[in-house]
Amino acid sequence: MRKALAVFFLAILGYYMLAVLLNFPFGIDHLNPELAGAYLRDTVSKTGAANVVTSIVVNYRGFDTLGEVTVLFLAATGMGALLYKGKTMGRSRQNASVIVKAGSRLLFPLIIILGAYVFIHGHLTPGGGFQGGAIIASGFLLMFISYRNYHVNHRILSNVESTAGSIFVIIGLLGLLYGATFLENIMPLGIPNKLFSAGVIPLIYIAVGFKVGAELTALLDTMLKTVK
Amino acid sequence: MDFLGIIVIILTLILILAALFVIKTKDLVTAVVASAVVSLIASIYFYILQAPDVALTEAAIGVGLSTIIFMITIRKTRRDEE
Amino acid sequence: MIYYIAALLLILIGLYGVLVKKNLIKIVLSLSLIDAGVHILLIAIGYINGKTAPIFSTPDLRPEQMVDPVPQALVLTAIVIGLAVTALALTIVIRLYDHHKTLDISKIRELKW
Repeated sequence: MRKALAVFFLAILGYYMLAVLLNFPFGIDHLNPELAGAYLRDTVSKTGAANVVTSIVVNYRGFDTLGEVTVLFLAATGMGALLYKGKTMGRSRQNASVIVKAGSRLLFPLIIILGAYVFIHGHLTPGGGFQGGAIIASGFLLMFISYRNYHVNHRILSNVESTAGSIFVIIGLLGLLYGATFLENIMPLGIPNKLFSAGVIPLIYIAVGFKVGAELTALLDTMLKTVK
Repeated sequence: MDFLGIIVIILTLILILAALFVIKTKDLVTAVVASAVVSLIASIYFYILQAPDVALTEAAIGVGLSTIIFMITIRKTRRDEE
Repeated sequence: MIYYIAALLLILIGLYGVLVKKNLIKIVLSLSLIDAGVHILLIAIGYINGKTAPIFSTPDLRPEQMVDPVPQALVLTAIVIGLAVTALALTIVIRLYDHHKTLDISKIRELKW
């Protein structure tokens, strides 16, 4: 009975959504010339970044990125508070085999370097802070799975995370100090397509990359402990 | 119908089959692996639709971290009994 | 056009999973399927035929040759927030299992009278 009712409701919903989507042709040029057209035209001259999506996320909509970093921080804090137990047990019952241990010890520094490359060059190539942080957390996860007693110091991770988050807000407040708006691009813009260009954008993305990487690593470590 | 169109049609069929597999199977580990396949094909779609930033993000977060978090939850609770 | 149909089917299959299934982990898994469908729909709306990715990699790319960059910025934020919501929901599932020893939502009826 419940299944038939759900299928009926979904059929009505699907029919109306399909009717709306068929009126929306695929691949037609419908760029808004005041919003998206202005972003595409003015990015290189006004912000100096070559990646338009990065300049939208960090410069034009930088406040939304601050809100997203806050949401991620809230979720990690909530998880840490909910999973708190009095004593922590070991992580797993046995080590992995020799091939996995040797291979992961070889791959771990390469993955960290790849993650750092992705978030440092966020304004030139596809990538950025969130992608680089997720790659770094995946590298640490590989070490957690392979070795039974690979320890990371939670105090160092917590300090790195809070410092990186504070640097983001301080860069925004520096904009207020110099007489412009919050999170304004106040440093010199430089030549596009070079590493030291685009003003404040690479600094913000480096801070976001460190913060997201440390946060997700601490989250995975908290979840992986206390396995029964 | 060019080569890219045929590949997109094949990928769409695999996507819909994997999504149906998530709903239908009774073993939770199989459902999580099928959801990782859905995220992987979504990441390939984002690349074909000329969005490389979004493809990187979906590949790193949707395939890697989300699957691991589900597996840890299954380990702490029960594996089957759908 | 086929991208619209794929995204719509993903959303409908995910909604069916949320409405009908009784296992808590499968409900959260279906929520993440709905997320993937909505992201594909947003990026497919922003696509323009024959244009390329919005990155000025070579100096002779003109802004008229690029796809719409605004949906890509929105979906970037949405993917990260989807991960945060999924992780928090799974933590609540773990605590519910510790307390009630079952994952079946028809057996967890403390809030009903």
